[in-house]
Amino acid sequence: MSAALQDPYVRRFVNQETQKQRFHGLIHEMTDRCWEACMGNPSTKLDSKTENCIKNCVDRFLDTSNFVVNRLEPMRAGPSASSQPKSSGSFLYN
Amino acid sequence: MDFSSGPPGGKMDSASKEQLMSQVKQQIALANAQELLQKMSEKCYKKCISKPGTTLDNSEQKCIAMCMDRYMDTWNLVSRVYGQRLQRESSRMS
Repeated sequence: MSAALQDPYVRRFVNQETQKQRFHGLIHEMTDRCWEACMGNPSTKLDSKTENCIKNCVDRFLDTSNFVVNRLEPMRAGPSASSQPKSSGSFLYN
Repeated sequence: MDFSSGPPGGKMDSASKEQLMSQVKQQIALANAQELLQKMSEKCYKKCISKPGTTLDNSEQKCIAMCMDRYMDTWNLVSRVYGQRLQRESSRMS
């Protein structure tokens, strides 16, 4: 494995796929959570109430993830590192 | 997965690199499909089979089919909402 990973082309590919898989993993997780939170008995189509609930569910889940990271950010950076750029959109990276 | 195949210690030629990468992509796609399948079975069993009988009866099968379609709808919706959110966040940052 290490031999292939030394190749920058392969390494870039692996990083890209890892990032993509993080997104996919989060989609699986949010689908699971929002299904549990929003879905009643499955009917012939996704009704607008359920659809709205799922949209809100995803956005609030991501808000929560951002909030947690942003609130902990000052602790991580330490009091002396106030000049550090404020991170945002944590789910882009975590 | 076996990353160690190929010439030991040597540089990989580009054909075997491409082959490795397409294998990785296939494995990832397979893993995602399996994850979805497993979640669907779990969720739709929960929604549709309240009292397991001696067979999967007609109404249970109908319920499961509908549930699977709604689970896919939910997956697609979640991934769309997440994608829109990622775009918003990254355009805000740049």
